[in-house]
Amino acid sequence: MSGLIVEMAAKALKLNMPLSVQLDLTYRCNERCVHCYLDHDDHGEMTTAEIKELLDQMADAGVFYLTVSGGEIMMRRDFFEILEHARLRTFCIKLKTNGVLIRKKEAQRLRELGVESVQISIYSHRSEVHDAITKLPGSFRQSIEAVRLLRKHGIHVDMANVLMIHNVHDYDGVKALAAELGSQFIIDPTITPMMDGDRSILGLNVDENTLREVFHNEALAGNVEEFCAVPQGPGQEELNSLPCSAGHTACYVSPYGDVYPCVQFPLPCGNVRRTKFVDIWRHSPQLNEVRSIRLRDMLACSQCIHGGTCTRCPGLAFLEGNMRGPSYQDCEKSYARTGIPSENLKRRKASSQHLQLVQIQALASLADNTRFLETSIAK
Amino acid sequence: MKNSRYVARSTAIAARALGDETMVMSATDSTLFTLNEIASVIWAAADGVTPLDQIVANKICTQYDITPELALTDAETLVEDLAAHGILLVSDQPVTGPANARGSTP
Repeated sequence: MSGLIVEMAAKALKLNMPLSVQLDLTYRCNERCVHCYLDHDDHGEMTTAEIKELLDQMADAGVFYLTVSGGEIMMRRDFFEILEHARLRTFCIKLKTNGVLIRKKEAQRLRELGVESVQISIYSHRSEVHDAITKLPGSFRQSIEAVRLLRKHGIHVDMANVLMIHNVHDYDGVKALAAELGSQFIIDPTITPMMDGDRSILGLNVDENTLREVFHNEALAGNVEEFCAVPQGPGQEELNSLPCSAGHTACYVSPYGDVYPCVQFPLPCGNVRRTKFVDIWRHSPQLNEVRSIRLRDMLACSQCIHGGTCTRCPGLAFLEGNMRGPSYQDCEKSYARTGIPSENLKRRKASSQHLQLVQIQALASLADNTRFLETSIAK
Repeated sequence: MKNSRYVARSTAIAARALGDETMVMSATDSTLFTLNEIASVIWAAADGVTPLDQIVANKICTQYDITPELALTDAETLVEDLAAHGILLVSDQPVTGPANARGSTP
């Protein structure tokens, strides 16, 4: 991040301004990705007028970065009308799309509307793997064509590669494809639970060895020695630091007008159909609760060697049961990076061993005491 | 006598006030600028129809301890600089249409 952006973020934090908002226009989608965290039915999306009014309110509240996402944003027939309004209100506009519906005309219009960047998910350099993940035959060809068209019109394209068991060996291929098409390559090794808390898709996450391989790949991580170095543990500054921008300078608005701290943090904070955006931002008790989280307050994380360097996501922690508790997915990333287990991983291991003993002791009362106890102690 | 000059914010930008400063990003090349308090006053008043010397006289000289000549010289340097980055249009005539520095109309 450039110094100027860091400076702006610090100022926005001081002024309690929502510098960045992700607005999902719809959860409807023309793809059915195996790892998607959304329910694709329409449960009453905001109308065009409601979204325009919301954009006005967000501009007045100080939102600068507007990420327009979904679902598939172009499933909305009023997509360009909404985008034109966003341009009038001088947002820095970023889009997330699968690109399937982007043709010459759409690419030209996006260029005219001064979109800052477009992120397109490409799961593999092999069409059969990509299409098997999206469950939309031909989607690889269409998404790649969209990347080409957007680049031809001079639009910055981020090619996002979500890593999962289906495409575990393909990230190098996608990276090469991104370079060939003049796009930025982004890798995301985390599959998150569904918005409704359903954790069944977590089984798609790559294993520990793959994570380690990714974090130690110089082409992806840059300076591996530095990136994977053993941390020193949090200092006073880190103990008082904020976990991330969620709720501090950023938030998320769903197609139904619900406001959350982040797209990955499904804690409802209000609805713009009932309350003005700025009032939710300033006065929501839930957002204020999120704002109060500091590393020093977290029992295990504050004592963890990874405390100062971990990418702990409070949203994932919330999905795991407690926004002030551990995010084991992030603990596992820290472990894969450095080879040193986090405090939470150590405690979980100790706790599971303890539980195992209790369980076996209970069984022992029903059968051969000595044998079960010996077995449990050996584990 | 020098002709009046008119300044208009480009429509090909992202911009937002941040306290008494303004952040502006060029949609052409994503260059980010921050304008200080005085530059922000000129930016906010750059409606395309108010002459720059009037903006300086009414919005700057009335608020800040600066001579009109020096204020106008500084303002002209600022607007030329911003115009060179395509985020502001400077014209000898009032700018009434959409001010898109890239030449296309959103």
